[in-house]
Amino acid sequence: MSLMEIKNLHKSFGGLTAVLNFNFDIEKEELVGLIGPNGAGKTTVFNLITGVYKPDEGRIFFNGQDIAGLPPYTICKKGIARTFQNIRLFNDLTVLDNVKIALHKDVPYSLMGAICRTPRFFRGEKKIEDKALEYLKIFNLDNKKDEIASNLPYGEQRRLEIARALATSPSLLILDEPAAGMNPQETHDLMNLIASIRERFKLSILLIEHDMSLVMGVCERIYVLDYGQIIAEGLPEKIRNDKKVIEAYLGEEV
Amino acid sequence: MQTIIKNWNWRKFVFEVLVLTGIFMLIQYGISNGLLNSYHQINLSSMCINIMLAVSLSLINGFTGQLSLGHAGFMAVGAYTSVVMTNMLGQPFILGILMACLMAGLAGFIIGVPTLRLKGDYLAIATLGFGEIIRVVLQNIDYVGGPAGILGITQLTTWPWLFAATVLTVVVIVNLINSSYGRAIISVREDEIASELMGINTTYYKVLAFVIGAMFAGLAGAMYAHYFYIIKPGTFNFMKSFDILVMVVLGGLGSTTGAVIAAIFITLLTAALQKWAAIRMILYAFILIVIMIYRPQGLMGNKELTTKTFGRVWGDKK
Amino acid sequence: MLEFMQQIVNGLSLGAIYALIALGYTMVYGIIKLINFAHGDIMMVGAFVGFFSVTMLGVNIFVALLAAMAFCALLGVAIEKVAYKPLRQSTRIAALITAIGVSLFLEYVMVYFFTPNQRVFPAETFSLHNYHIAGLVISNKDMFVFGSAIILMIILQYIIKRTRTGKAMRAVSIDQEAAVLMGISVDKTISITFAIGSALAAAAGVLIGIYYNTINPLMGIIPGLKAFVAAVLGGIGIIPGAMVGGFVMGMLETMVSGYGSSLYRDAVAFGVLILILLIKPSGLFGKNTGEKV
Repeated sequence: MSLMEIKNLHKSFGGLTAVLNFNFDIEKEELVGLIGPNGAGKTTVFNLITGVYKPDEGRIFFNGQDIAGLPPYTICKKGIARTFQNIRLFNDLTVLDNVKIALHKDVPYSLMGAICRTPRFFRGEKKIEDKALEYLKIFNLDNKKDEIASNLPYGEQRRLEIARALATSPSLLILDEPAAGMNPQETHDLMNLIASIRERFKLSILLIEHDMSLVMGVCERIYVLDYGQIIAEGLPEKIRNDKKVIEAYLGEEV
Repeated sequence: MQTIIKNWNWRKFVFEVLVLTGIFMLIQYGISNGLLNSYHQINLSSMCINIMLAVSLSLINGFTGQLSLGHAGFMAVGAYTSVVMTNMLGQPFILGILMACLMAGLAGFIIGVPTLRLKGDYLAIATLGFGEIIRVVLQNIDYVGGPAGILGITQLTTWPWLFAATVLTVVVIVNLINSSYGRAIISVREDEIASELMGINTTYYKVLAFVIGAMFAGLAGAMYAHYFYIIKPGTFNFMKSFDILVMVVLGGLGSTTGAVIAAIFITLLTAALQKWAAIRMILYAFILIVIMIYRPQGLMGNKELTTKTFGRVWGDKK
Repeated sequence: MLEFMQQIVNGLSLGAIYALIALGYTMVYGIIKLINFAHGDIMMVGAFVGFFSVTMLGVNIFVALLAAMAFCALLGVAIEKVAYKPLRQSTRIAALITAIGVSLFLEYVMVYFFTPNQRVFPAETFSLHNYHIAGLVISNKDMFVFGSAIILMIILQYIIKRTRTGKAMRAVSIDQEAAVLMGISVDKTISITFAIGSALAAAAGVLIGIYYNTINPLMGIIPGLKAFVAAVLGGIGIIPGAMVGGFVMGMLETMVSGYGSSLYRDAVAFGVLILILLIKPSGLFGKNTGEKV
């Protein structure tokens, strides 16, 4: 059974169809890319999967359960985490607190325990902090734990966002243009990081990216979206030579 | 959120308890020896009540980031409930206080659930509307005296009660904020969508903060009613809500110590301006505008004043 | 049925007044996204200027109306320059608190100089006539209030739709930065918006003085709030919405006073507010816009 299977997903805004008859599946521990020209509806698909938008039609099976239309926090608890195209950190808070918030869904003490400061609260806080630091260490951010998130340089903000998403312990991680605005060296490092995360946490990763070299290099399978519809699907080699894909990008080097 | 709580810091705890006991004893001594006359005592009570109101509203406005303009309404619910319990039904004060918190919390829940879907200005207006509706409804209930209100309430709010209520309010809210639940609440202010996608049920936490804030406003109302002998609906109009909001914004949104300091400052300012009764409100308005223009982030911004800060000032050797 | 029609007629002039005040709220909100809580108090100042023009200078009511409008236009611009402009880049809540500060300031400066007492508009300003038309009683007072308000609204529509200034106002309210790039002076446009909004409020103040016969320094609060509700009802920032909202509020209020309890009159205004916010927060004429992720 695949980890996630999407059937006939459909979404329109007013009269504008954003996603049409979208079918998709991702296996456990698979790394899949979703590409397409600007305005093809990639981010809309992500928003539908993570519950930001409610689909008009269609089903999204995650671990065999239909999650279409559930609120975002429930979907997150079921094991889907994401990052954002334009970074959305908790800007005024420290790096550490950003990750701690993602750990809140498994908070090990009760509200009353927090107010009364029970021993369980102190133990729980210690546990949360250790765990948060663990995630920061993976992304080389542990030495910046007390910095305010918005003061981090751009690349580190991107990494912090991935760390925060991982902290919700997902089985599917969705990355929305993680390399946007990065230079080739940073992009290369990020690619390695993404690959190693998958190994380490045994995750499936779904990736939107404009940077073709990143997608082709790291993804095992690629979906191509244009005008809200899948126009091609398959191995990177196949996509590279697909006529429709080349047409969609209209001369853009694929 | 600078405080990182790893384990029980008994030194800090003992220090805090000592300081609080000291303040309590000092004022208790002043009251029983007549060093503090009734004028001082009235201002002291207003100060404590204002601290409760400001800190509870800062949970909603400052930490959850939900602009509420109806806090006086919850204070009114608390005040009326407690007086009905004590004066009219002859129950003990403690029961009146508990019911006040409960009913104000309930009102917070009933109002919060539908309105907290709204954002920003719209939420502000809706809460303002609900606050006014609470007032108008009270005005039309003859059992609680209609527009004239209730007179001759027994003065049950003594200094120990006031002190306990104020400390309770501050401690509960500070402990809440400095926990995982508090972080969840703050994440709603920072970015509601990101928060929701990190697995946080933002609606739940918004309502939670709103209800807790309302409960402590109710507590403040109970204290108020049993100190000043008289309550009437007009006292709890939207100007009262504004007053509380002013304290929170003046202190700095997202700073509990800021709210406390601003509550003390505003109480003292109001008291000082009593002498110039005629131009009191003009000066008050003027000071408000000037502070907002020159320090729109409030006195403390979102920083807290901690014992650490004092430690630094006094040259703590560690 | 006749009584119902009569209530509608009574509601029309009150509604026209609310609409005038609501227009100012909506215009200011549209352009700088600020709930100008001092707006009701500008209306009150207008009422006083009108009152003193009539009683002390002995001018007729039309001149008084114009004098009040001119004075308050200047007042509105001055308030914006002194109190709101420095806060344009800071948080909305700081601006909101400042607006409340300005509101208190106006109220209590007026209390200080003119005492909080009621003042009665002199009877000779307006010799009351009642006309009986098709069984309905319509006073010349109602006609004057309604007529002046309608004329002012038509002029406003003309300014906004047909003049360069109006175009600039619409441009700034849609996208301030883009407007700057198109060579529009944002400062000037905001000033003009405040001037027009405040002039309309002043007119409403004089008309409300005539309508209720009395004025006092705190008279701006409640009509201000209700006009604000009217603006939200129509969809804040939307000019035709404010007009419709104003009339709806006026009618509703006279209906409630006429048929129900006048004690609940104010609660009804807020009840309407909450209903509209819960059902369609963007107002009758507003479009729902979601946040982009």
